[in-house]
This record gives sequence, C-alpha cells and structure tokens, in this order.
Amino acid sequence: MMQGGWCCTRDGCISMSRTDQQHGPLVDLGRERPQVPARARNMSPIVPRGSISGSALVAVVAIMTFLASITTGTVLLVSASAAEWQSEVASEITVQVRPAPGRDIERDSTAVADAVRAQSGIVEVRPFSREESAKLLEPWLGSGLSLDELPVPRILIARVQPGYAVDLEALRRRVTQAAPTASVDDHRAWIERMRSMTGATVVAGIGILALVIVATIISVSFATRGAMAANRPIVEVLHFVGAGDRYIANRFLRHFLRLGLEGGVIGGGIAMLVFGFSESIASWFSGTPVGDQFAALLGTFSLRPSGYLALAVQAVVIAAITAWASRRTLFATLNDIE
Amino acid sequence: MVRFENVGLRYGLGPEILRDLSFAIPAHSFQFLTGPSGAGKTSLLKLLFLSLRPTRGLVNLFGHDVSLLGKDQIADLRKRIGIVLQDFRLLDHMTTYENVALPFRVMGREESSYRKEVIDLLKWVGLGERMDALPPILSGGEKQRAAIARAVISRPHLLLADEPTGNVDPTLGRRLLRLFIELNKSGTAVIIATHDMTLMDQYDARRLVLHQGRLHIYE
Repeated sequence: MMQGGWCCTRDGCISMSRTDQQHGPLVDLGRERPQVPARARNMSPIVPRGSISGSALVAVVAIMTFLASITTGTVLLVSASAAEWQSEVASEITVQVRPAPGRDIERDSTAVADAVRAQSGIVEVRPFSREESAKLLEPWLGSGLSLDELPVPRILIARVQPGYAVDLEALRRRVTQAAPTASVDDHRAWIERMRSMTGATVVAGIGILALVIVATIISVSFATRGAMAANRPIVEVLHFVGAGDRYIANRFLRHFLRLGLEGGVIGGGIAMLVFGFSESIASWFSGTPVGDQFAALLGTFSLRPSGYLALAVQAVVIAAITAWASRRTLFATLNDIE
Repeated sequence: MVRFENVGLRYGLGPEILRDLSFAIPAHSFQFLTGPSGAGKTSLLKLLFLSLRPTRGLVNLFGHDVSLLGKDQIADLRKRIGIVLQDFRLLDHMTTYENVALPFRVMGREESSYRKEVIDLLKWVGLGERMDALPPILSGGEKQRAAIARAVISRPHLLLADEPTGNVDPTLGRRLLRLFIELNKSGTAVIIATHDMTLMDQYDARRLVLHQGRLHIYE
C-alpha cells in the first residue's frame, strides 16, 4: 500500500524519496522503531592509521631533516664567522717595515707609526715590539729567538675609524716617505679569498640540501605508492560510493602530513639539541689541534636565535615537501585505480 | 536515463566479449539481467557503473556521453548510482554501520543527520544486532545485506546489483527483492544481474538476456 511516498509491508513502513529532496527516512520500522543513540558515534578513519607503515617513513624524514639541519647550521656558522672575520680584518690596516742595509729598523718603525697616526681616519696605531714579533715567530722558529740575527720585518697594526674610507694611496706615499722599505696591506686579497671560501661553503650547503630534498621526495613517493597499493581496496570502494580523487587523496594526505611533521620535528629537534650542546662538546676538544682549528673556523660553535628559527622553518618546509610529494604521487596513482 | 548504441567491449587484445549492445534503461524501470556464466553480465554492469570504458560504441548516462567525462564528473555521476557487487567490497576496518553510512560520509554529511536513517535500514535488512560488528566476523549473507544497504542508503537514481540474493535464504531473498521493488517504485531504475530463475519469477519485469556477447530483451 503506497501512501504519499510511504510503502507499508508486513515488515514495516518504507519511505522512498531521493536524497536531494526534503524527505523522511528511507526505512521506517513502524511500531518497531529502534532507539537511536543520542550521542554521535566515533567514526573510524576512512584510511586506518595502521595501514600506512609510517615508522620507516618517519625515520627517513627524521634522518633527512637532521642532515639538512646540520648542513644549514654549519653553513650559517661558517657564514657568521666569516662575516665577523671580514669586518674585523677590514677595519685594520697592516704596515710592514722591512729591514734594509744601512737603515735603523727601530727608527723607521717609529717614523712610520707617526706617519700613519697623522693620516685621517686612523684611530689607533699599535706597533709590534721586538719581543712581540719574536712571539709571533715562535711557533715556527722556537723560543729564545734573537731578531738581531734575522732580517725579520716589523709589523704595525692601524685601526680604522668604522665606516671611514681611508685614502690608501696617500697613506702609502706618507709611509714610503717615512721609510722606503715600508709597505701597506689593507687585506683586500685575503678578504676576497675569504669571500670565495664562504661562497663555496654556502654553494656546497645548498647542493647538499638539494640532494637531501630530492632523496626525501623519492623516499616519500615510494612510501606513498606502497601505502596506496596496500589500501587499494579502500580506494576502490571509495570510488564505488562516488568519492572523487581529491576526497580520497585528502584522506591519505593527512597521514603523510602527520608523518612528515613527526619526522621533521624529530630530525630538526635532534639537530637543534646538537647545536645547543655544541659549545660543551667543543670545550671537550679545546686545547687539541683539531679543536683549535674548528674554533678558528667556526668561532664559538653556537647558533644565534635566528639560526634556530631557520632550522625550525626548515623542518616545517621538509614536512610540507613530504606532503606535497605524497599528494603528487597520490593523484598519479589514483589515475591507475578505477 | 541510460542509452547504449552499438557498444562493444574487449579486454586487451582478446576477443570481443560484448558485441553491438543497443538498449535503453528508462528512468523508474525495473529489469533483470541474466545469462549463462561468462556471458558478460558483470562486465556490462561495470560499463554501466563507468568502471570500464567501451572499446567502441556510445554510452550515454544521465544525458552525458561517458567518453567525454573527466574523473571528477564520473565521481559525481557515481553518486547517483548504487552498486552491489558479488564480492561485497565492504571495508574490513569499519563497522557494518560505518560501511552502510559511507556514501553519506563521502557526501560530507554530518553523522547526526543520517544516523537514524542508517540504523532503520540496518534493522530492516536484519542487521540491527550486527551494527557494530566488523565485516570479517559477518556471515556471507550478512555481508551481502550490508553491501545492499550501502548501495541503497542514498536512494540512487540507478541501482546495479550483481547476484544480490546469491548468499541469502529464500525468505530473506524475497525481502531484499521487496526492498529493490519499493526503491524502484520511489523512482530508482533497478538492474539486477542474476541466475536465479526463482527470484525472477517472483516479479514480472523486463529481462535483458546476454548470450554469446549479444543482448536479447524480453519486455
């Protein structure tokens, strides 16, 4: 018996109307109306978390993020130290007075120091005494050195007023007039070499970062393909009930974004801890030749707050790259599943 | 609603398993699709469900030439089609309730808006006590009923059922047929692929008979 869209059978009353219309329930049990639970059910995720073998992917992303963070941190340290050296060295001028037959090097040194002091833009001149010069040569020639027996030049360090461009030609003329054997070095060649070395370090760092990112994308693509293959029946059923590729991809993407973030936080966190403890670690090696070399190259070995911020941003970027690579592979794989 | 014109289908370089199919499925119609095993019933259902593309001919579904449809448009059209497959295709990690509610979930509806509807239908197909059971512990008949409930819950415009009563006892078979008939009376076009002559004899409907890749229609 049909009554305005309702059909009554021995089993109960069935209401039949389209989902896109305002309607009652599909099936009404009449007198046997069931008790509907008032609270919402906890629905299972469409793609179960356990179906995606995430621990391996988390480990890969963590390792990649760690390597990327160490690379970035080292590049930042080298760049910061190099910038510091450059600014220090650029604010100084070295004047060298060489001994010559028939000339008193002590008098020449004093005359040159006076000439340099008279140059505008020079705020301080510090001549190295005989003893200090001997000290400089000690690592190579040993202690107890007598400079009278060797033609060792005398060094003067002139500190330039910050931001002032010293007229080097005028200074050279002035210095040469005071002592013909004196020469002026503004460290330009050395600064250029430093700049080249820092540039090479940054380029190498960017190269390593690029390799790490490519390796991450490849690993994530393989993991995504594996997850899609394992969950193929789910994808097929979702297609049956009319789910589009975007809907399906988003169900998987959540898992991969979470895995990427987990890996990024672990790898980036460990790298930050390494840099955090690096000062203590460096102190264990201080006094050793290796420790001293590292200290000379990387300074205090500690990152600035902006460096930590860069590492945190990098971890998020790697998680985003994981999600992007996963999404790309998901859509490519979904095209093959009907 | 559905129109096939000279449709042929072959898998790879194999022989043509469906040949020169020309027929129409009007809206609100009810038909049985029958034929011997291997005649191509499931392949024809897959063509109707857009999970296969014909190797030749024209398939027009809901006014769309399916050869011109993109993936998103196919997904939209599938929301208007319900399908019951022989292997049920239930998701093992979801309860019976969640499996049946899946079409609503994919539509983005709130759980509270369809909860009563899903529970009522599950009770009606005799799965009221198995709502929270996972498919691996359901019997074959229970799985079949859950698959049917999932296919009809969103009241599709076209229902395709492949041997929907193959795993249930005659009484439940009659009850499920009754569900399909009532769904049809409410406007859904129904195609039931079956070998079961007893089932077909219970309802006087159009019969599409596939034999050696060709279709014969008995009105």
